[in-house]
Amino acid sequence: MRWRERSILPGFGLSLGITLTYLSIIVLIPLIGLAIRPWELGLAGVWRTLTDDRVGAALKLSFSLSAYAALLNAFFGLLIAWVLVRYEFPGRRLLDAIVDMPFALPTAVAGIALTALYAPTGPIGALAEKVGLKTAYSSLGIFIALTFIGLPFVVRALQPVLQDLDREVEEAAQTLGASDLQRIVHVVLPALAPALISGVTLAFARAVGEYGSVVFIAGNMPMKTEIAPLLIVIKLEQYDYAGAAAVGLAMVVISFGALILINTAQLLIARRGRR
Amino acid sequence: MSVGAPTVRLPGIAPLLLTAAVAVMGGLIILPLLAVFHDAFAKGLSVFLSSLKEPDAQAAIRLTLLVAAISVPLNAVFGVASAWAIAKFEFKGKSLLLTLIDLPFSISPVVSGLVWVLLFGAQGYFGEWLLDRDIKIIFALPGLVLATILVTFPFVARELIPLMQDQGSDEEAAALTLGASGFTTFWKITLPNIRWALLYGVLLCNARAMGEFGAVSVVSGHIRGETTTLPLHVEVLYNDYDFVGAFAAASVLASLGLSPLVLKTILEWRHSGELAASRRH
Repeated sequence: MRWRERSILPGFGLSLGITLTYLSIIVLIPLIGLAIRPWELGLAGVWRTLTDDRVGAALKLSFSLSAYAALLNAFFGLLIAWVLVRYEFPGRRLLDAIVDMPFALPTAVAGIALTALYAPTGPIGALAEKVGLKTAYSSLGIFIALTFIGLPFVVRALQPVLQDLDREVEEAAQTLGASDLQRIVHVVLPALAPALISGVTLAFARAVGEYGSVVFIAGNMPMKTEIAPLLIVIKLEQYDYAGAAAVGLAMVVISFGALILINTAQLLIARRGRR
Repeated sequence: MSVGAPTVRLPGIAPLLLTAAVAVMGGLIILPLLAVFHDAFAKGLSVFLSSLKEPDAQAAIRLTLLVAAISVPLNAVFGVASAWAIAKFEFKGKSLLLTLIDLPFSISPVVSGLVWVLLFGAQGYFGEWLLDRDIKIIFALPGLVLATILVTFPFVARELIPLMQDQGSDEEAAALTLGASGFTTFWKITLPNIRWALLYGVLLCNARAMGEFGAVSVVSGHIRGETTTLPLHVEVLYNDYDFVGAFAAASVLASLGLSPLVLKTILEWRHSGELAASRRH
């Protein structure tokens, strides 16, 4: 058994060598450091760090708000992808290009722009204040920022699938007397489910780690609007390296756990769909 | 493929959905972008320009350019090398390698900064060793570069791998059979085939490198005029309530960030134009 197939092209050793060396220096060695460092506190110490009220509150806030934002983006993403793929209207291409904006805008720029809009002195924040709603410097502000950065992930995951979706199946359902709602629920949505799940997962993963677009709008009050990445920064400023590493490792482990879980679910759905 | 009639025919549903989509996009995405440029020019062009001419702003711009000038070429070389290995050869462990290359996408930028502090910070694994030799990595240029490289690591590779996999290696094989050397084959066949994707990947990587905030913020130490890159300069000014200055710097960063988007849109228009032309014949 050979570990690679024969090829007449040269440069396999060189290119793979560069790849593995660079990957090890930039990604693997630093991550191994992250995985080792917390344990100098001992198992009990790591547990104490992570179950500390402030850390627990920050982790809960980051993961729950990211999940809510990703769910809202499931609806927004379906709506925008549907409109972009199925309807022809002036400015469609421009709208399509603008979807990528949150990818392209540096996070600190997005952060101060959202804060300027949603702060009590900003146009939207002032409006919200009139109806008694605090947007910036509250968890609602964090939720808005996380929705902003997650939206393109869902739209871009859905678009190609929706594009390739066979119209004939929908038309067949229509001929057989299915209503609009029935066609959407029984024909369109099941076909989109795997892409929707992966888009929502990506949006969730990105939101959990997001820092720049959130810190400005969050207000950063301990126990209330402090996100997990900010807590890492604070622990580092106090030279609590092991504590910072513990929070960082917990974030990585929980995110990967969620990714694996959701990928498995997606695989099961795809398999059921094929039967 | 013909564009079929819309399958949802409820009266009034299309305009309703369209309005809703535009409203979501407008409120969530377009408004913040407009806010950046509006606030940057709130006190006129001269205030905008003078805030960018300030010494701290100039130092931040120079530092940002320097960090990008080191990190982007390194990531581009890695991107081409890894795409060559992955797209042109079949070997075991390829999917694991692909997963590892994607890894930085799913790690928080703050963690991408943290890992370097754990290695090279004052109490990091190599902290004392570096201190004895008076080498500064954290709170200095090398730390900024390392953090930036880690965050922007996959961009070029992710653009090239699917394209090169699609293109296959028939053209390269033909050139080699005809006696071209490996290097000539790469230079004359592969590179021209991937040039637009490479350019797009490099632009994307560059925009991210210059706009990176979280990872850089962790390793920077925020020494004004020395280790503050442009995004960190935005933060400093914003926290000092110098909003025009903050948004002026932010508008420069926003334009940089949008540059790959503009290129992509232009390329896609050109590309679809060519496709339409070929279909007519």
